[in-house]
Amino acid sequence: MLNRSLSKKRKSFEVLMKILMLLSVGLTASLVLFLLVYVLVQGIPNITWELLSTKPSYLTEKIGILPDILNTVYIVIATLFLVLPLGVGAAIYLTEYASNKKMVGIIEYAAETLSGIPSIIYGLVGMLLFSNNMGTCLMAGALTLVIMNLPTIMRTTQESLKTVPQSYREGAFGLGAGKWRVVRTVVLPGCVDGVITGCILSVGRILGESAALLFTAGFAHALNGIIDGLAAPGATLTVALYVYAKEQGEFGVAFAIAAILMVLTVLINFVATLVQKYFAKRRSL
Amino acid sequence: MSNIISVKDMCLWYGEHQALKNINIEIPKKSITAFIGPSGCGKSTFLKTLNRMNDLIPNVKITGDIRYEDTDIFSPKVDVNHLRKEIGMVFQKPNPFPMSIYDNVAYGPRTHGITNKIQLDEIVEFALRDAAIWNEVKDRLKKNALGLSGGQQQRLCIARALAVQPKMLLMDEPTSALDPISTSRIEELVMELKEKYTIVMVTHNMQQAVRVSDYTAFFLLGELVEFEKTDNIFSQPQDKRTEDYITGRFG
Repeated sequence: MLNRSLSKKRKSFEVLMKILMLLSVGLTASLVLFLLVYVLVQGIPNITWELLSTKPSYLTEKIGILPDILNTVYIVIATLFLVLPLGVGAAIYLTEYASNKKMVGIIEYAAETLSGIPSIIYGLVGMLLFSNNMGTCLMAGALTLVIMNLPTIMRTTQESLKTVPQSYREGAFGLGAGKWRVVRTVVLPGCVDGVITGCILSVGRILGESAALLFTAGFAHALNGIIDGLAAPGATLTVALYVYAKEQGEFGVAFAIAAILMVLTVLINFVATLVQKYFAKRRSL
Repeated sequence: MSNIISVKDMCLWYGEHQALKNINIEIPKKSITAFIGPSGCGKSTFLKTLNRMNDLIPNVKITGDIRYEDTDIFSPKVDVNHLRKEIGMVFQKPNPFPMSIYDNVAYGPRTHGITNKIQLDEIVEFALRDAAIWNEVKDRLKKNALGLSGGQQQRLCIARALAVQPKMLLMDEPTSALDPISTSRIEELVMELKEKYTIVMVTHNMQQAVRVSDYTAFFLLGELVEFEKTDNIFSQPQDKRTEDYITGRFG
């Protein structure tokens, strides 16, 4: 008798727990889904060709986000252009050359900490370091983003350098190859996937960054080429979203930008997965 | 009979741990020398000292004198990359690079400055023929080397080492990761190669030492216990420890 009531109790407890778990997963999923659908429903009707292909004008009282799109592209290009050689170079040095393992550990730890710092702090530092010297401009923003993304690029490259088997290095050294030749011909080709993954992650971060850029890159919507653009203040899509929503009350435009950013994020994640799968397949060959 | 390597009073430490004690050995040219001994006796460590592969390991300290063709290999005048070109190495696990068969073999010559396509083609063919794998791969030189079987990969690694035209080949248990058929192919190959090259081979397999080698060195706990003609060492070992080991009393 006692046993039966115990097992009944257990059973109902099991059912209860299952329902609780189901509830939490349902809530999580529906929140995400709601956010996605809400933004898309609010945003997509406001995306027009005119919005995408013009600049804002006070004369015609029309809003266009072409300058913001271009600014985003410029800042992504400038940031990657600077952060890639720095991050990959640092990673190669730390994994292949550095002999003081303690120092390497400290640097890795610092890099990890650096990537967890709230971005507004980067903005503050960037403003004092770059904007105060070169003026508020996209380049100052890009330099700030370089500092921000350096740890990401460095760590992902390092991790994939570590996956290159030691036996490849030994084989190459055994043939009389010098250090740099070993790195260039045997080690680097094995870590391309890490570099690309790091790049994609960084692009995602740059697209989503607003706090650091509010301080450093400014709010302008002028239409510029890449060189002039980098020297002038300008808003990226996320900053423009903030400006249109908070200061001009243009929620239609803000949601249109939000929808664009969201679609881009999904695309970037998708590409990142594809790239990882592609290289995993190539490696297992 | 002339010697290619001569070692005098050589000791090696990994940090505090002394891995090799007072090694003295003269390795004759164009012969096969086998290093035998239980795991951890220092035979691989000693092998890797001969072409300074131990340089890659931090905290290694070496004393004593190692001469390759009368040159002190630790002299600052010696270019270690050139030394490794002269003294090639084949590893325990086949380690072809993840590139085409052709590029694997051409890697060494390219490293040492040969870029002429015709010349490279010749070297690749000669090395693959010498390693007895030419007929198996000649139609798929552009295919990825990782698609070969384990035994083929190891012969490719031998070809890759031969392509830089070394005088000497160090082999660190080259057949321990292979099946019996691949093993006997490599053994045959090694016996052919001694016509042109000096070969030093670490092996765990005493039958292998008897089958292929001319000389055998027995290592124990970091010491070189005995170095003799293979026939002698296995028929009349001078040292009690050697006898115990080859008769299977320990190890």
